[in-house]
Amino acid sequence: MNSAGERLYNGIVKENPTFVMMLGMCPTLAVTTSAVNGLGMGLTTMVILALSNMMISMLRKIIPDDVRVPAFIVVVASFVTIVQFLLQAYIPSLNASLGLYIPLIVVNCIILGRAEAYASKNPVMPSLFDGIGMGLGFTVGLTSIGIVRELIGSGKIFGAHILPASYEPVSIFVMAPGAFFVLALLTGLQNKVKINLANKGKDVSKIQSGCNADCASCAAKCGNAKE
Amino acid sequence: MKELLMIAIGSALVNNVVLSQFLGICPFLGVSKKVETAAGMGGAVIFVITLASFVTSAIDKLLLIPLHMTYLQTIVFILVIACLVQFVEMFLKKSIPSLYQALGVYLPLITTNCAVLGVALTNATKEYNILTSTVNGCAVACGFTISIILLAGIREKLEYNDISPALKGSPIVLVTAGLMAIAFCGFSGII
Repeated sequence: MNSAGERLYNGIVKENPTFVMMLGMCPTLAVTTSAVNGLGMGLTTMVILALSNMMISMLRKIIPDDVRVPAFIVVVASFVTIVQFLLQAYIPSLNASLGLYIPLIVVNCIILGRAEAYASKNPVMPSLFDGIGMGLGFTVGLTSIGIVRELIGSGKIFGAHILPASYEPVSIFVMAPGAFFVLALLTGLQNKVKINLANKGKDVSKIQSGCNADCASCAAKCGNAKE
Repeated sequence: MKELLMIAIGSALVNNVVLSQFLGICPFLGVSKKVETAAGMGGAVIFVITLASFVTSAIDKLLLIPLHMTYLQTIVFILVIACLVQFVEMFLKKSIPSLYQALGVYLPLITTNCAVLGVALTNATKEYNILTSTVNGCAVACGFTISIILLAGIREKLEYNDISPALKGSPIVLVTAGLMAIAFCGFSGII
């Protein structure tokens, strides 16, 4: 179980998809209007990520290399559909508030990224824990951004009033522009940490800066794989 | 006709795909350094999303709904879109090389653009017919193009400004996008 613990630590802290890798920015911005939504989205993604990692790892010797990306997409899309129907049946309120963003988990770069980078090369159990770890890391990221936005934007956390009634909520933080500002601050802080580390002469190449580089490389990979 | 116009304005400006729906953030931040490349990306996105809306809507209306297989929507749409992008790329390469030269590099990037799947799914959930879906897709893509070109214009000017080192790069772009989102909130009074 040592390797399982190591995968969990890797996903939550070392390669946290939100704060370190900056992957999956679309849902990060869109659903973090409240802590509950962030938590729900994070856990939904975690379930799909763990299941698809497990399935892809099982199939890794069967899927031919040339068509691996379309095959991964089919596996992920099937799990997304299953999870979407489960949510519709058992947690309709979460399904209503996340709406379109649940089927869009298919195109979340974290999932395809983990399939390509980890699950297609490693045995089933580590892949499963890799998925759980990455998913938990994503959940931590989304929930904490959700808490900040909910606290500033409506003075509540998880729907419970935290700040005194005299606090005037800055409602822009729960609206669309607030998402951009919170993420801007987050990347700014990350850059600050990076600059400080670089000044001390440490290696910072593991910390990605912004989604652009990752997505371009991800898309290039997909493009190459299909040709 | 009036209904189509309302949908078009609503999708392009009021519910702008990037600034209020957060779809397609990656290309929005990644390919907006220069107005020229932003316009190229915008052109490619208009082309692909309009075509994809038409094809997915046709498949949905003519195949999935009559066969009661709407639960396959997500899977079918993503596969159709991925194939369509590949197909468009090959078609342009062979038959319209000049257009391929202009759009070619952006086409593979579009597969990962969640706006394409987002529009296809919105069309399906709102039960738009094939014509309305195509118009809606085109309008959404125009909204994307408008915002990415505007952002690129602002970023070109930002190059010459003195920005604190920690905010250089993506943080200042995100602040700019946030301010643009506030501006686009102003359109919500139109409809």
